Amino acid sequence: MEPKAIIVAGNGINSDAELAEAFRLAGAAPERVHLADLVAEPERILRARLLGFPGGFSYGDHLGSGQVLALLCRRALKAALMRFVDEGGLVIGICNGFQALAKMGMLPNRGPAEGREAWEREVSLIHNAEAHYVDKWVPVRFESASRCVWTRGLEPRHLPIRHGEGRFVARDAATLAALESGGFVALRYGFNGASGAAPGAAPGAALSPDNPNGSEADIAGICDATGRVFGLMPHPEASLVPENHPDRRRPHHEPTGLDLFERGVAAARDAL
Amino acid sequence: MRIETYFARPELDGRSGGLAARLERRLVRPLSLRIVDVILTDFPVPRPLAEELFRDPVVERVAELPAPQEPGLGPWDWLVEIAFKPGVTDTLALTAREAFAIGLGAPLSESATVQTARLYVLALPAETGERGVLKGLYPDRAAVEAAFAPLWNPLIQVATFLSRREWEAGARLPDLYPTVSIADPAEPELIDLVAMDDVSLARLSSERLLALSIPEMRAIRAYYERPETQAARAAAGLPREATDVELEMLAQTWSEHCKHKIFNAEIEYEERVAPGEEPRRELIRSLFKTYIRATTEELAPSRPDLLSVFTDNAGVFRFDEEYVVCMKAETHNSPSALDPYGGAITGIVGVNRDILGTGIGAAPLFNTDVLCFAPPSTPDEEVPAGLIKPRELLAGVHRGIVDGGNQSGIPCAAGAFVFDESFMGKPLVFCGTGGIMPARINDRPSWEKTVRPGDLAVMLGGRIGKDGIHGATFSSLALDESSPVTAVQIGDPIIQKRMSDFLLEARDAGLYAGITDNGAGGLSSSLGEMAGESGGARIDLAACPRKYPGLSPWEVLVSESQERMSLAVPPDKRDAFMALARRRGVEASVVGEFTDSGWVEIFDGTRPVGLLALAFLHTGLPTMSLRAVWCAQARPAVPLSPRESWNDELLAVLADPDIASKEPLVRYYDHEVKAISVEKPFTGCYRDAPSDGGVVKPRYDSYRGLTVTHGIAPRLSAEDPAAMALAAVDEAYRAHIALGGDPDRAVALDNFCWPDPVESPENPDGAQKLGGLVRACRALREACLAYGLPLVSGKDSMKNDATAGGRRISVKPTLLVTVVGITGDVRKTPSTDFLGAGELLYLVGEGGGWELGCSVLERVLAARSSAHLRGEDARRARASFSLGAAPRARPRQHAPTYRALARAISGRAARSVHDLSDGGLAVALAESCLGGRLGAEVRLDGLAEDIAESSAERGLGPTELAARLLFSEVPGRLLVAVRAEDRERFERSMSGEPCRLIGKTSVEARLRATLAGKALIDLGLDALERAFKTPIV
Repeated sequence: MEPKAIIVAGNGINSDAELAEAFRLAGAAPERVHLADLVAEPERILRARLLGFPGGFSYGDHLGSGQVLALLCRRALKAALMRFVDEGGLVIGICNGFQALAKMGMLPNRGPAEGREAWEREVSLIHNAEAHYVDKWVPVRFESASRCVWTRGLEPRHLPIRHGEGRFVARDAATLAALESGGFVALRYGFNGASGAAPGAAPGAALSPDNPNGSEADIAGICDATGRVFGLMPHPEASLVPENHPDRRRPHHEPTGLDLFERGVAAARDAL
Repeated sequence: MRIETYFARPELDGRSGGLAARLERRLVRPLSLRIVDVILTDFPVPRPLAEELFRDPVVERVAELPAPQEPGLGPWDWLVEIAFKPGVTDTLALTAREAFAIGLGAPLSESATVQTARLYVLALPAETGERGVLKGLYPDRAAVEAAFAPLWNPLIQVATFLSRREWEAGARLPDLYPTVSIADPAEPELIDLVAMDDVSLARLSSERLLALSIPEMRAIRAYYERPETQAARAAAGLPREATDVELEMLAQTWSEHCKHKIFNAEIEYEERVAPGEEPRRELIRSLFKTYIRATTEELAPSRPDLLSVFTDNAGVFRFDEEYVVCMKAETHNSPSALDPYGGAITGIVGVNRDILGTGIGAAPLFNTDVLCFAPPSTPDEEVPAGLIKPRELLAGVHRGIVDGGNQSGIPCAAGAFVFDESFMGKPLVFCGTGGIMPARINDRPSWEKTVRPGDLAVMLGGRIGKDGIHGATFSSLALDESSPVTAVQIGDPIIQKRMSDFLLEARDAGLYAGITDNGAGGLSSSLGEMAGESGGARIDLAACPRKYPGLSPWEVLVSESQERMSLAVPPDKRDAFMALARRRGVEASVVGEFTDSGWVEIFDGTRPVGLLALAFLHTGLPTMSLRAVWCAQARPAVPLSPRESWNDELLAVLADPDIASKEPLVRYYDHEVKAISVEKPFTGCYRDAPSDGGVVKPRYDSYRGLTVTHGIAPRLSAEDPAAMALAAVDEAYRAHIALGGDPDRAVALDNFCWPDPVESPENPDGAQKLGGLVRACRALREACLAYGLPLVSGKDSMKNDATAGGRRISVKPTLLVTVVGITGDVRKTPSTDFLGAGELLYLVGEGGGWELGCSVLERVLAARSSAHLRGEDARRARASFSLGAAPRARPRQHAPTYRALARAISGRAARSVHDLSDGGLAVALAESCLGGRLGAEVRLDGLAEDIAESSAERGLGPTELAARLLFSEVPGRLLVAVRAEDRERFERSMSGEPCRLIGKTSVEARLRATLAGKALIDLGLDALERAFKTPIV
């Protein structure tokens, strides 16, 4: 039985087709649903096992990346989203989707585990240190100690980034330290950790030369307390086939981005 | 009220750091800059709501005091606030309205005002005199204004500068900026054409910006004189005189932009190829029909994949059994010259709409952009007053392309930057879009559309304002100081994305029957065109939604407000169509009905304001008669001084802006969205070597690909636009081959950008420019026939001149050729970078000559030779420096060579392929070496023997010979790397075609090229890389 995946679309979201394809290739049954239709019928979310917030420019990112989409979700979909996660649903937010999850407070959402308020806004994705959009393939590595169910055991690889506001920041040093020690960090820029990005590293510690945007502790993606809600700036769904890879003509052993979706789909099956 | 947000920790605002550095260069150092984002409303907003809507609580604060008094922003010396002028599209404010609607749970009232502004809070060093660049001088208003000048465009924005002193004296920033206020619209004006003589007709055309000629005005007058016209008018309740609505509709429909009058003109052509020779005379009935349409028609029998050409927004051809693709390219030169950002963004979203309006509606698949400017390094004193500096033009256009493409979610597949002094007056901004759709939709061929009598005329998308009024006629005029501000529009990719998502959904549900975009000429063009299908239309201008009151009916009809499409909706689909539009947040209005009456009837409510016979509207335009001459001009060569090594020349050529890496600019473009990218703009192990073009894989379930390549060679027009056009077609087609394209499955687009080719007192050499156009069209035909390349769509922009500082600046005649083709299997797509050491290097193809004229080497040496001169003297010296004749492509000779190479690539015998273009063989070698971080060892002796055998170049001295071998830009050639074990296979594939082994790749990181045992080039990769990565901005 293929678990159903809802891919949010509309209002400036633009990577919904390839995210749906990634889920299809990974064994899910994706359905692209317009935001307006979700707002009209939030319980629709509960009929799926996976939910994807794709990349794009929701509402033009005019008031800050993901800001208005997050506002809409907090106002219109919060109850359904909370129930969806409580019932074992999996959520992925990529790029603009990650920005929206962070600005909703759905990430890192340490609340339930630590007796805090749910959906507290603790992290953000702000203008790149170089303050402009950038498209390139960057090396990333996955944290083996992370709670994230989407990234367990994944090999390091290159993935494309395409963003102008991908600089990960935490509210303060204590929050960052808690994310590090609590296994919320799922992936980082750079193939090796010799950059001073050790767990608990103070903000301002040396960053990897492969860090494309000045993200604190080279963080490229985080998950929530359940490990099922996951957001990342790089685009695994834009690495669907080996021909997408810039080293397509050279021998290399990097997988595409598909295994990440396979992990998610497998976890969705297990949770059934 | 003002809602002001700013970053609590200044070091986190990435935007301010880079900007502060730029201001420091212009003003004083060190300074500190804070950015405050401002939302202005004419209604109170409770603080918690403002915080929820507009603040990122992790990093931002909402000011509690007026921002300049916020302790968090620190001390300051100057405030600079930039906001929009009334009526200019403020995309942020539109989104802020949506945020209010979500936050308040109900939409804002139409009368509520929301605006946005950006406030820069500038602190100068306390002791400016000691530490600053402007020693002893505290930067005054003029200095601050000058430093901020590149940040705003006075045409569309207002800037407020407030000093600390003024603030302390009580001056404040506005609580609200002025909104559009227009007195009640003028009554439709009546114009008694019948009573007018030629002088009055000419005055009317010029005063109303109709851009119509005397013969055209006379034709209109004659139309009103006809008894049948008058009888119909009387019956419709219209006066005898023409209404302004009718005249404006005619002017838009008959504009050069829409009707391509020059390409359809009757041309008396006279050609003198050699001095003293008897001229050849010819009458050309239409350049378009003779050289463009005829070319495609001639090729059509062997190209069943062509499905729709010359009838729609874009040509449509078959991708595979299940899908069809289409492609269109446009220019947006004039708007970009006025507002580089808005002009470029509108260019991109505009050509996207062409694709959405092709057939029953295709989905945009990829964008292309080719941008031509004067070199950004042009010294300010060489830029005539009144023109935007080239580097600022480049920055603004680039930002527009970035926002327009990225926010639309359409990957940039290919493009180029081209630099030439002649683009100082008008930049060339070519925006292209490729689209895809299923071959059949709702059981009908998707490339067909219908508009039937009785279908409703529906306008979809944004509201109508004064934006872009007279865009079509304006682009048909030369720029001068009185160019209308309303000619500028700013596109909003997000509104359009929403509309395009909706359209594809409505298309698949079969909710409409016909569609076209609203571009130049607005509704007058789109509805006029669709009326041509059904046989008439009734339009009610009062039903068209407006941004603000006060528009005259004619303004509603011709406004080019963005993000609009026109559709034909069958009456039984009306409710479903409108309901879906509402659900998707897209405004749709029924503005009339298509008929078969033979008339376009225009109403303002119930009052008739216009009536035009459809036949006259579409076919009444008189054919233009023009004179063209061509006198060939020789370009005598300056002799080259002897030299042993060409290292310095290669480094200088690599650093030339046409060749130097554009990666820092191109990385701003999204080329990965949709997950279809295969060959990307930059390639190689460090992804920093240029590729020959783009390859995308449109279907997730197939390895079939599309190649997207360009050819553009304006430098060659200094000698002959025919050489320029041949080179453009050859370069684009050759790159298609280099990317593994199927030689028989490519199509081409022609985009001409010409200096005004109509002779007049202000334009005395117009006939020669038109002569150049004739030659370019012929060359285009010759090359397309040789390569089997049908021309499936094209466009021309014929007034690329500017008068500034008393000087007329005309662009070099430029033809951009875009080739889109099929490649059977993207797993075999080669690239330009070398893959391994010890691979054999071949030079494939022969140019037929090794000319150096109009090359980058010529430009580099010209700059050196005039380095001691300044201003106008330097310009003249550069223009007269020549290395002789320009090279010329020989498509009939090249075609079989390309075919053989295509076989070799398809058989995987060729590993790396790079076309030779700017900078010739030396640059191709350098780029391929850099891509693979491998060296190459090349012996040029064999090629020198080939040259010695060719009669044209016999008897060259060693200096001339070396320069030609290394830097000649003769078309038709490619550099190919082959593994030693594939040698035999490769040579067998190429047998009978010109193909010479010239060397080998090596692990040593050096490029060496020798002739007769002497090293002409001997450079390490690090030196090549440094030169190639010379910043162009």
